[in-house]
Amino acid sequence: MAELSYLEAIRSGLLAEMREDSSVYVFGEDVALGGPFGVTQGIAEELGVHRVVNTPISEGTVMGVAIGAALSGLRPVVEIMFVDFITLAMDQLVNHAAKLHYMSGGQLRVPLTVRVQCGVQGNMGAHHSQSLESWFLHVPGLKVVMPSNPADAESLMRDAIRDDNPVLFVEHRGLYFSRAEAPAGGSGLAMDRAAVLRTGADVTVAALSRMVVPALEAAEALAGEGISVEVVDLRSLVPLDVDTLVESVRKTSRLVVVHEAVEQGGVGAEVAARVQEEALYYLDSPILRVAAPNAPVPCTPPLESSFVPDRERVIEAVRHALSGQPT
Amino acid sequence: MKAARQGRAKAPRRGDGNRELVELHRRMWLIRAFEEKVSALYAAREIVGLLHLGIGQEAVAVGVCSLLDADDVVYGGHRSHGHAIAKGADLNRLMAELAGRATGYCCGKGGSMHVVAAETGFVTASGVVGGTVPLALGAAFAAREKGAGRVAVVFFGDGAGQTGPFHESLNIASLWGLPVIFVCENNGYAEFTPLSAHTKVERLARHAETYGIPSATVDGNDILAVRKAMGRAVDNARAGKGPTFVECLTYRLRGHYEGDPGKYRELSQLADWKKKDPIARFERVLKRRRAASAREFEKAESDARALVEEAAEFALSAPWPEPEETGTQVYA
Ligand SMILES: Cc1ncc(C[n+]2csc(CCOP(=O)(O)OP(=O)(O)O)c2C)c(N)n1
Ligand SMILES: [Mg+2]
Repeated sequence: MAELSYLEAIRSGLLAEMREDSSVYVFGEDVALGGPFGVTQGIAEELGVHRVVNTPISEGTVMGVAIGAALSGLRPVVEIMFVDFITLAMDQLVNHAAKLHYMSGGQLRVPLTVRVQCGVQGNMGAHHSQSLESWFLHVPGLKVVMPSNPADAESLMRDAIRDDNPVLFVEHRGLYFSRAEAPAGGSGLAMDRAAVLRTGADVTVAALSRMVVPALEAAEALAGEGISVEVVDLRSLVPLDVDTLVESVRKTSRLVVVHEAVEQGGVGAEVAARVQEEALYYLDSPILRVAAPNAPVPCTPPLESSFVPDRERVIEAVRHALSGQPT
Repeated sequence: MKAARQGRAKAPRRGDGNRELVELHRRMWLIRAFEEKVSALYAAREIVGLLHLGIGQEAVAVGVCSLLDADDVVYGGHRSHGHAIAKGADLNRLMAELAGRATGYCCGKGGSMHVVAAETGFVTASGVVGGTVPLALGAAFAAREKGAGRVAVVFFGDGAGQTGPFHESLNIASLWGLPVIFVCENNGYAEFTPLSAHTKVERLARHAETYGIPSATVDGNDILAVRKAMGRAVDNARAGKGPTFVECLTYRLRGHYEGDPGKYRELSQLADWKKKDPIARFERVLKRRRAASAREFEKAESDARALVEEAAEFALSAPWPEPEETGTQVYA
């Protein structure tokens, strides 16, 4: 087992698939040079620049090209440098990639992986900091995964590429250099399963991507006071592992959902709706959301740092859930 | 504050008299000194974020904006500090914006890539490459409807010339005869990739030809050449003759962003372009014309540096925005 950073784990998963399957191609801006963060570093040297294709700044058209290539038997992996720019490729993704299998009565398949990185990190401002994953939940036909650690990043990358559907693979820029044991060549992890990272009895905290970090920190801090928090890493948003959440809530009777995207219309809303449908009578308090405020991401350091939910906000929400008081 | 007000560029009128030319030189220094200070503050972590400097490209910003009036509008991109200054942005408020302070143009909410100095006619920069090109068309459309002879200008890079909105904008501007001026700062690179690896059409003005838009490709490090092409463009736009495309060949003397190790460029290439530094070149022209004394040239630089020091002091001693600012101004 090698200790990989999150970024290296993504590369490792991608490279493993590219070595095994000559139909896997990477498309993106500056990807042959590794991209701005170095995720694809070294792949062109090993497998040739024809497999790691630099593109002009033409996100919408490149997405269409990749979809067309996927329809013709390739397994393209498109890198959109910041999720903020996926807006430019939405038409191709939403109207073609997501729907062609269905609209063709099953004749066509779009085995496409779209890599994006998201999140607040480094005072880059409102065009380079968003978390937009919830948009894609609203498009049947697309799958969405958001790994929180190197091991999952590696295996979810491999699963995403092998999947016969378009999969949005959402990386968090703020996790790129975090390290942990990653199983070498790890695959076969069920892509549609949430992971219970810490078991607990009093409150369930379901978190997403980088928000798993403050969720675990909060659980640790609260354990010192005798509050037992179960932490669930959602990992996959489509499909969403409602069973694991419901099972957890049946035990704890309380749920807090934590994500970095803005609160309105976010993943938290979907999770809350789905869980209450199956577990309302097990709940002892309203399902709470810890999320970013409903605003664009401000650039300036003091506003940016308070924008992202942290350990304190998770602790506060857990206490609130336990207090039984309405928000 | 007083000095900063002097530092603010009042749009000088057209004309190639010595006084005007010396003013252009002074403004190029304002931008250069401002960005060098920004670079130093970034290195000192007094300014954070993602910064794209236009050092080496000042002749385009100043040459273009020197032919605009205060109520003409300008749109920029991710590398637009110079465009804002050339259009008359206050150095103090701009520096405060980059430093994230409450007294910045955008209360610190915008930052380097998203400067707005609406009162000067610098409508907005953008972090999305190509994103402002259609916006400038909208400004031109509105200007024409209002009938006051105003023009809209958009600055963008060679990389933006591969985006869909760019091409669609050329078509619409041409079709509708809009008073918009496309100013392409062709610095030969989009991030780490040379233009030749992004397109077979390395003179972006050729796209304008395709869409029936008059164009010029000029030496973007020669401010007089920029002004000449721009003068015709402005005249045409004001006279209702539609859009013009001005391609300025230039080079950024810094990395793509501050902190870019720049391994993709040859040092010899950088050295060659340093010899074509637009400010030094213009100084040589002015000297030949005896437009100003040696002392005046030195003073342009030292005055600019003094104003920029003041701007930095203003910015770094300014208050941070209050926490509740996060939730304000989301809706009008
Ligand atoms: C739509 C979009 N795609 C990608 C990026 C990332 N990016 C930022 S600057 C840049 C290169 C832009 O090149 P150019 O237009 O030539 O401007 P220059 O940086 O040379 O001034 C890229 C690809 C972006 N900001 N927006
Ligand atoms: Mg460029």
